[in-house]
Amino acid sequence: MQISVQSEDFDLAQVLKGFGKAPNTGATVSFTGLVRDDMGTLEHMEIEHYPGMCEAAITKIAEEAATRWSLTDCLVIHRYGQLRPGDQIMMVATAARHRVEAFEAAEYLMDYLKSRAPFWKKEVTRDGADWVAAKDADEEALNRW
Amino acid sequence: MKIEVLYFAWVRERIGEPRETVETEAATVMDLIKELRAREPRYDLAFSDLKSLRVALDQELTEFDASLEGVREVAFFPPMTGG
Repeated sequence: MQISVQSEDFDLAQVLKGFGKAPNTGATVSFTGLVRDDMGTLEHMEIEHYPGMCEAAITKIAEEAATRWSLTDCLVIHRYGQLRPGDQIMMVATAARHRVEAFEAAEYLMDYLKSRAPFWKKEVTRDGADWVAAKDADEEALNRW
Repeated sequence: MKIEVLYFAWVRERIGEPRETVETEAATVMDLIKELRAREPRYDLAFSDLKSLRVALDQELTEFDASLEGVREVAFFPPMTGG
C-alpha cells in the first residue's frame, strides 16, 4: 500500500509501472482526477489540506478498501497547493484477483476521499475566488457502501 | 488546560489565523465553541452555522458533543472537498 500527500505532480506511467506486482493480481484499475474548467474562467485552484490528518484519514480509507475487497495492492496520491486547469489533482489505483473487486474498491476510495479526506478546494477565477461547496450527493454516495 | 485550535478553509479566513493555543476549561467541543463565539464578532460569525462545520479531535473526525478530555488538538473546518 502506498499513500502520498504531496504538492508536486506525479508521473502516471511511472507510478503504474511498479504497481500491483503480486503474482495473485489479475486486475488493476486506476483513476486520475484533473482540474476542470467548465466556464473557461478558472485561473487556478488552491487545495488546502490538514497535514497529518490527511495521511491518517487516507490510510484508514485505503486499509478498509484493501480488507473489504482483498486487494493485492492499493495506492493513493493526492496533491495540495496551487494547481492549474488540466493539472492532475489525485489518483487512486487498486489491484485485485478479479476486475470487479478492483473497480469497486477504486469507486469506494474515490467516494470516501471526496468527503472524508481533509482537503478543501478554492477556485480562483477571473471574477473572484470562492470555496468549492461539498455536494449532498457526495455525502449520499457513502450510503451505498 | 491548553489546546491547539486549528482552522481551515473559510473558517480560517473568517477568523483570520490558521491556528492558536487556547486556554480553556471547556468540557466538550460545544462548550469550546460557546467560549470562542463570546470572544469577538469574527469568531461568532465563523461558528454561526454549525451545520456547515465539521470538527476533528486529535485528527479524527467527531461530533460537537464530544468530550475534550485529554485532547491536544481541535480542528474546525467546512465539509471536505477532496478527490
